[in-house]
Amino acid sequence: MKINLNTSAVPTRENRLGSITGYSGTIGDLMEKVECGSLRNSDRCFSQSSLCLSGCAMGLLGSIRDVALVWHAPAGCQSFTNVLGDQLARNINQTFDTKCVGTDLSEADTVFGAIDSVRALIYRAFEQYHPNAIFVASSCVAGVIGEDVDSIVDEISEELGIPVASVHCEGFKSRIWASGFDIADHAVLQHIVKPPKEKRRVVNFKNFFESERKQITELFARLDVTPQLLYSNSTVEELSHLSESLATVCICGTLGTYIGNGLEELYGVPYVRTINPMGMAGFEAWYREIAKLVDREEAAEEVLREEREKYLPQILELKKEIEGHTAVIGMGPGYTYEVARVLQELGIKVVHAAAWHLDHQYDNGKLPPALDYLNKTSSSNITLSVADQQNFEIVNILNRYKPDLYFSRHPGTTVWAIKQGVTSVFVADEYLIFGYKGTLNFAKTIRDNLVNRSFEKNLAARVKLPYTDWWYSQQSNALFEQKLEEEEKPETKESETNEAQAEKALEPVEI
Amino acid sequence: MARVLDQPRYSCALGSMNTIQSIPGAIPILHAGPGCAAKLSAFAGSSGKFSPLLFPCSSVSEREVVFGGADKLRSTIDNALKVIDAQLFVVLTGCTSELIGDDIGEVVSGFRKNGSPVVYANTPGFKGNNLEGHGWALKAIFDQYLPEIKQSEKRKGLINIFASAPQADPYWHGNLRELERLVASLGLTPNTIFGYGRGIPSLKNVPYAEFNLLVSPWVGLEAAEFLSEKYQTPLLHYPVLPIGAFESTKFLKAVGEFAKLDPSLVTKVTDEFENEYYYFIERYADLFLEMRILSKRFVVIGDAQYALAFTKFLVNDIGMFPTTQYVTDRTPEQYQEKIRNEFESLNYGIKADVQFLTDGYDIHNRIKEADFNGFPLIIGASWDKSLANELRGNFVNLASPIIEKVIINSSVAGYHGGLKILEEIYSAGLSRLIL
Repeated sequence: MKINLNTSAVPTRENRLGSITGYSGTIGDLMEKVECGSLRNSDRCFSQSSLCLSGCAMGLLGSIRDVALVWHAPAGCQSFTNVLGDQLARNINQTFDTKCVGTDLSEADTVFGAIDSVRALIYRAFEQYHPNAIFVASSCVAGVIGEDVDSIVDEISEELGIPVASVHCEGFKSRIWASGFDIADHAVLQHIVKPPKEKRRVVNFKNFFESERKQITELFARLDVTPQLLYSNSTVEELSHLSESLATVCICGTLGTYIGNGLEELYGVPYVRTINPMGMAGFEAWYREIAKLVDREEAAEEVLREEREKYLPQILELKKEIEGHTAVIGMGPGYTYEVARVLQELGIKVVHAAAWHLDHQYDNGKLPPALDYLNKTSSSNITLSVADQQNFEIVNILNRYKPDLYFSRHPGTTVWAIKQGVTSVFVADEYLIFGYKGTLNFAKTIRDNLVNRSFEKNLAARVKLPYTDWWYSQQSNALFEQKLEEEEKPETKESETNEAQAEKALEPVEI
Repeated sequence: MARVLDQPRYSCALGSMNTIQSIPGAIPILHAGPGCAAKLSAFAGSSGKFSPLLFPCSSVSEREVVFGGADKLRSTIDNALKVIDAQLFVVLTGCTSELIGDDIGEVVSGFRKNGSPVVYANTPGFKGNNLEGHGWALKAIFDQYLPEIKQSEKRKGLINIFASAPQADPYWHGNLRELERLVASLGLTPNTIFGYGRGIPSLKNVPYAEFNLLVSPWVGLEAAEFLSEKYQTPLLHYPVLPIGAFESTKFLKAVGEFAKLDPSLVTKVTDEFENEYYYFIERYADLFLEMRILSKRFVVIGDAQYALAFTKFLVNDIGMFPTTQYVTDRTPEQYQEKIRNEFESLNYGIKADVQFLTDGYDIHNRIKEADFNGFPLIIGASWDKSLANELRGNFVNLASPIIEKVIINSSVAGYHGGLKILEEIYSAGLSRLIL
């Protein structure tokens, strides 16, 4: 990747990485297509609502302490109450004074433009809230009517003496909302991060809501380094030093690729590219790699030994209660393949893994490590889909496989599995499966959910499902555009093969 | 003057998707960006038979911006009809599809010609907020979905009731049922379309009503007027959501008069309600009179409905005193004067000053300057909690956004609603105890 800090625009994941949002098949088929460069996106001729990149971009930037967000958007885009930042700051005895204002675009603005409103709001935010940086988000409307936010921010930034960044949040630009993570990272790299003055024993750790800040601080202390968690609870001053750290790690590959690769490319800060610290194998590989980069390998082995001794017996005990159950996963790609691996460690059979999009490469041009790992440790007929958080496809998949468990981690996705009587585990917190301790907690959560199924049983018995019988009788990829073209032709052998492969996947898979 | 939205208390017109979702059997189809529904989703209570995640969406992308989105919309509707088990599909447009100039009417009429239950409303976010969008979506349904009928088919005593915008008002469900109960107590037959047990069959009853009742300062007025004109049904526009005995009795009398009911019969009903209400008030009156940490002066920061309704209740029922009140729903200008007049007609000639503002920073600064003559009572949205803390006030979270409270089916309307508000207010005072 070549990061261009001279422009505020970031190429979308589709353009930059060739990422896709529609696929259905097996891991064997997918890897073959990736290897020979024949992987193509399947567009849909029907879709349900999902998410857009502006929430991801501004969500991250808005979690930085004491900055201001200016939305150049209609009121609906700004639905952002930002209360979480305050709660997280209290956890570390800090205050959170990040504010959010907007231009509340009107019909007249779409005709005459409203760039003067943006200018006025930036000054107003500066005077009223004294932020340490201001992020100006554009929107679909601002993009379509061609508002030139870029041209005013540089001038104002110089005048105010704080970073003022233009953040390109036109939601129509990308089907992949994770592009918003890259947009936020780009704004930080372009406007906040400064060239290094000295190296410090700090490791950058990109995560979401830092619920395990204490544990991470302790784990890192054993390696004589301090974590710089981002972006929740970080400050503009702290972020300006990211280039001085010894390494960058992340909790989710989708979340971390841009900043991790960017810091490496621009300032030589190594980016840790192991599988992520989910489950046992992931934690060990990740922690060892960090230790190597900060030159504390022996200390890491000691920690891993302690962790194993403390937690492994309990994990193995619980594993007996949950192994043999079947599962379907529906998550962002930074988690799908990680969670699949952990479930396999716990003896649960993953019969289908859906990711909302697929980066078949990260910004270093390599396959995501978790997918690579899963491919090497799983049978080639494990079925995969790239489902764009399309609920109708997921419920169809659940109906087809009727798994014991469904794992999701996006708001509003859990209930649909429950309504079909499938026990659901909401893997909301990014640290739910972190390391040995997290793996134990995860196993407990699964066990509890499997034992008491009252809620799903009661609810499923009383609700009417939102989809037609026709839809449940189709294949989950029936509304891919290519699929419809195929339908015009007589039944092909290929779809029979898919069918047979899917059946096979239901059988126990050696891992 | 440039608009400033600081501490948003409304969303955009596409938020009318929540209105459609609240009609059982109906589902919105969004001709909009993929992320709009998630952003406009209510904080809680949105996973019904359909949830925002399920709303079909053309997910307008760069391709549509360049080449137009009519084809994408057509295939979205076509497949929604096959995939989704709903009886009414309401296409709502978002900003992008409006700006690129897609001819939605043309696409939708194609489906209607084939007998599919599809209607559409123009609801781009830049055109108005979610409260305006609510009215536009309703008007579209009345216009395009409801059939013509003969005047002779009207049913005596059948009353359509419309009030606040569902989900935008967190108490919409409970309030609507309470209004139904009040109207039914007069022997009339209420008909509403939102929430449990209502929906498409109730919607189909709408043309047959003897009169329409809108309980709202301005939200939904345009739609109610349209409906009344279409079916030549008289409209009673009652601007004040009745809360507490004084306002509820006034409301029932107004409805009784409009329906030409025997006044003595109405009085019999209101007397019974008031007796029950005052049984409780009498028992708790000493608490209300002797609470030392609550001054008599209050401020409401909320939509026109609640700013007005709470002011009427607290002044006319409980004997409290208004400071300046803040209406934050961007009430269209043409309605502001009538609402102002309502704030100025309170018992004993009391007049409440009212400001129509959307800038939370400005509102907070003004409230800091107000004279509460003691510990203020601040009724507002979650945004206002920090202000109340700063002023050592008693904070009651009754206006959107409400993010620290779950409201499943409770109501703040009617006689019972008055008691509920009193519980909220005095609990706010008592919950400041450090235990």
